[in-house]
Order: sequence, then C-alpha cells, then structure tokens
Amino acid sequence: MELWIAIFAGTMTAATPLLLAALGEVVVEKSGVLNLGIEGMMLIGAAVAFWLAISGWGLPAAFVGGALAGLLSSALFAALALLFMANQSASGLALAIFGTGLSAMIGMGFGSQPVATLKALDLGGLSDLPLIGPLLFSFDPMVYLTLATVPAVWWFLTRTKSGLILRMVGESPENAHAIGYPVLKIRLAAILFGGAMAGLAGAYLSVAYVGIWVENMTAGRGWIALSLVVFAAWRPWRALAGAVLFGGFTILQLHGQILGLPLPSEALSALPYLATIIVLVAISQGRKRRLDVPASLARPYRPGA
Amino acid sequence: MALRIEPRRNVTTMTRLLAPVTAVVLTLLFGASLFWALGFEPLTTLYAFFIGPVTTLYGISELLVKAVPLIIIACGLAVGFRANIWNIGAEGQLIMGAIGAAGVGLFAPAGLGMLLLPLMFLAAMLAGMAWAGIAALLRARFSTNEILVTLMLTYIAGFILSWLVRGPWRDPMGFNFPQTALMPADGMLTPLDPRFRVTASVFFALLAVGLLWIFIAKSFAGYRLAVGGAAPRAAGYVGFSEKSAIWTGLLTGGAAAGIAGFYEVAGPLGQISAVISPGYGFTAIIVAFIGRLHPVGILLGGLFLALTYVGGEAVQVSYGIPAHITRVFQGLLLFFLLASEFFTSWRIIRSGGPV
Repeated sequence: MELWIAIFAGTMTAATPLLLAALGEVVVEKSGVLNLGIEGMMLIGAAVAFWLAISGWGLPAAFVGGALAGLLSSALFAALALLFMANQSASGLALAIFGTGLSAMIGMGFGSQPVATLKALDLGGLSDLPLIGPLLFSFDPMVYLTLATVPAVWWFLTRTKSGLILRMVGESPENAHAIGYPVLKIRLAAILFGGAMAGLAGAYLSVAYVGIWVENMTAGRGWIALSLVVFAAWRPWRALAGAVLFGGFTILQLHGQILGLPLPSEALSALPYLATIIVLVAISQGRKRRLDVPASLARPYRPGA
Repeated sequence: MALRIEPRRNVTTMTRLLAPVTAVVLTLLFGASLFWALGFEPLTTLYAFFIGPVTTLYGISELLVKAVPLIIIACGLAVGFRANIWNIGAEGQLIMGAIGAAGVGLFAPAGLGMLLLPLMFLAAMLAGMAWAGIAALLRARFSTNEILVTLMLTYIAGFILSWLVRGPWRDPMGFNFPQTALMPADGMLTPLDPRFRVTASVFFALLAVGLLWIFIAKSFAGYRLAVGGAAPRAAGYVGFSEKSAIWTGLLTGGAAAGIAGFYEVAGPLGQISAVISPGYGFTAIIVAFIGRLHPVGILLGGLFLALTYVGGEAVQVSYGIPAHITRVFQGLLLFFLLASEFFTSWRIIRSGGPV
C-alpha cells in the first residue's frame, strides 16, 4: 500500500512540469503558432530559478524568475516567427539549441550544491487523514496551482470572448484580421504565455523536483510536452490525463527495480520515450484527428504581406 | 508614414548568399559582445575562438575531423528538408550507425582483412536507415509526426548505446569503464598523416556533397522531391507521391547519419562509449539551413560550424570560458540566419509613397 501511495504521489509530481509546459503550448498552438523550443525555454527557466534559489532569493522568487526567463526566451522565438515570418519549426529548434547552451553556461558555477526544495503544503488535519491525506493533501503548492490551471485554461479557451478570438486567429488569421483583431499581438501574447509556462515547468524541475543542478536536466521533457499537446488534441483536460499517464511512466521507471521487473534499467528509462511514440501512433490515425489541428498551425501570417 | 512589406520579385544569387553571410557576421559581433560581457578582451578572444584554432596544421586536421560528420549528415538531411520532411533525429541515427559499425568490428570473424571496413560501413548505413525507417513507416502508414518520433528515437538510441557499453559489449579488460574494446586493426581507418587524426573520411564528405549536387541539379527524382516540398498540388502532375518523399527523405538522412557514425567509430573514436557525439546530428540541421540546403553551402556551413566546436574547446583551454558557448553560438547563428532570410525574400517599403 505504501508503495502504491508513493507511486501515485510520484506520478503527480512528475506530471506537473509536463502539464505546465503542455498547457502553455496548447494556448500557443491554438493561436496558430508551433513553438518547438519548449525544451530550451524549460532549461533556461530551470537554470535561472536554480540560480535565484542558491543565491538566497527564496523559492517564490525562483519560480517567478524562472517564468520570466522562459517568457523572455520565447520573445526571441516570437521575433523570428511573427516579425520575420521565419519557418516556425526551424525557429523553435534554434531556441531549443540556444537554450541548451545558455542554461549550461548559467549552470557552470552551480556545482553539486543542493537547494532546499519546495515543501509540501501543511494542510493540518487534512494531510494526516489515512489514505486520503497522503493521496490528496500532501503535495507542494505548485502541484495544486498546476491542477488549477487546467480548468482555467479550459475556461479561457472555450468560455471567454478572448479565448474565442485566440482560437479564431489560430483557425483563420485572415478572417480575424479582416474583422479587425490584431493577429500578431494576440499571437505574441500566446507565445509569451507559453514561454512563461515552460519557464515555470523548468523551475519546478530544478527547485522542486530534483533539487540539484544537472546539465540538460529536462532530458527531453520539453519534447514529451509537445507530444502531449498532440495527444490531448489541444484540449486542457486531456492534457491532464496525458501528463498523468506520462508521469506514471517516469515513476514506473524509478520503481521498476524495486518492483523487481526483470529488465535492464536502460529499458525502463526508455519507457516514457517509447510510450510517447506508441501514443502518437495510436492517436494519429483517422480523419477526425485532422479536424482537431488548428487550421493555420505553423503557417506564418502577416497582415498585408 | 506607414511601412509595409512586399515579396522581392527577383531574388538573385547575391541576395540569397546575403542571408548566411549576414548571419555569420552578426554571430561574430554578438560573440564579441558576449566575450566582453564575460570580462574578456573581445577581439583577442574572438581571434582565439575563430582564427587561432586553424593557424596550425593540427588545428586544421581537428577542424576537418569535426566538419566531416556535419557535412555528411547535413547532405542527407537536406534531401528530406527539401521535401518538407523534418528529420530532427539524425543524432539517434548516428548513434545506431556507430553501434552497427562497432558490432561488426567487434564480433565479425577474424581474418576478413580488407572486407571488414566495407562491412562496418554497410552495417552502419543500414542501422541508420532502419532507425530513420521507423519514423518513415509511422509517418507514411499512420501520418505520425516525424519530428517527435525521430526525437524520441534519439533518446531511445542513447539508452541502447548506454546499455550495450555498460552491459553486454563492455570491454572485459576496460577497468569497468562504460566502453567497448577497440576495433581490430582491420576495422580502423589509417589517418592521412600519422601526426593527425583526420582520415580518408574527408573524401567521403566531398563525395556526399557531389552526390547531393547531382541529386538536386541533375536528377528528376530530386526535382520532383523539391516541387513536392514547395507545392504539393503541382507536384502531383510530375508524379510526386508523398509516401515516396517520406521514405526517400528519411532514409537518405538515416543513411548519411549512419555512415557518419561509421566514420566516427572507424576513425577518431576507435570504439564506442556512453557518449559518442557532441551533438553532430543536431548541429548538422543548422549546417543544412545555413547552407540553404545547397551542397556548396553545406560544405562551407559544415566548416564554419566545425569551427564553433574547435573554437569552443580552444577558449575553454586558454581562457576557461565554458565550452557550452559553442551551443549558444550555434543557436544564435540559426536565429540570425532565420531573421536575415526575411530581408532577402521581402523588401520594406513606405506605403503611400512612390513604389
């Protein structure tokens, strides 16, 4: 029983950075922009947050700083994709490569110094309840905040006028422009939001999930978050389901040895990546699938050009 | 006065060349300011990064050692990129190629002599193709996004490599280091000069450049592929099939990356260990772009990006600047290239004024 509770708790914390980054990217892609640079933005966010944490600024500042760093790095992508109408796949890739290098440079002096990681919320009696306590009331505040973002993003996209306009920009920027909406400003806002979320995801990884600096610590989570968006068919609730699923694979890998699975550790480590491929294949069939994709995704648009 | 943009009607070779050149210049300028911000004399450091390494024969040899895999892979990738097939996982295909070559080198019966190297070459090429082929199959059969699949396969290839060199293929005499035994002498390329590491692989890189040129400029298949990438509907009239473009694009990239893996194993590495490439597969994507998917451009781009590796190592040794600055430069170069391309394909004009 203890083990299963630990697996559940681990799954939720492993799912949190994936979910944060994926929710951001859902909004970006709904506006018709494909930002492949999540891995780079997460790494920059992770490095900046870690730097703030070991410099004694405290964890709240670390999270805010990580989010800001992600936001700033996404502005580079926005300049290329929106202003210069560059190929979005290439621009995102440039951001991923740049972020890998920059984060490693920021992290040069960190050594193996640990930070005090984010503590679980003390919910008093609730956390002490048998079974329900450890299952529901013993996570750190970021887990709850991330979970709360799911309905917030869903509500924004489907129930608000701004969300409707954002989706219109993603489906048909020409029409949105003709009606008089500022397509580029809306896309810029979406990209910056996605950057902040990726930065936050990176911050969670470095100062809450791991607690020491490891170069390239995202280890492909940015790319998995991208797959998650496809898996979720651009829907926030499905992103939650997907993140939990992928989080579960990550934890299975950690607990695989304890559970006595007769596999080399590398096979278990490869599991989340293999699962991503299998899931991508399973969901990429069928005509209905194509209707989910925002119609102008990755297509550069500039009014009057 | 408002500004608007319109497409340039006649894009000459000169304007096409302008974007990569501008990108390189901007990267250098930015690099100088970065060195200055880090507290180093900008010009001296820039010299140490970009010029110093190639002032000696040894440095030039090292530059070629790094340029060869970049050029070979970029030539293969360019074929796919021209058809809008995004193989981002050349790194994984290189790893599988290296595993293929090392497997033959380690386990082929002794006494193959001259045959061993060609067999390793073939095994590496097929392994790279097989790894890219998975993505091709999934894209052609289930229209699964090849960007994500090739990337995930890169991580998986890394784990396979790690498992092999820590487990079944580990050198029993290797003091528990995660690496295989050295390739037999027949499975190693002799350096062109005993003082340096560069091997005959440079000639293969040139061959790859030539093959790409023939494919693009002279073959109907190359023409069809490019039309297919640029205008899929028009491409139907010249017999373009998306499926064959997917297979051609991905398998060519996989073969090239696999071959690059062979040249690493039979050349500078001589064995495989847990880490066998400083991200050649990813950097080759930048090479393909900066070379504008053109063979000559790829040749020059490969040399320049090889310089970022050699230069990064040089300033780490002499100034203690982290070698990660290489990745920063590489990312910036791609940023600047993408931005400069805007100015070569569009022009900014005042609206309302005389056009």
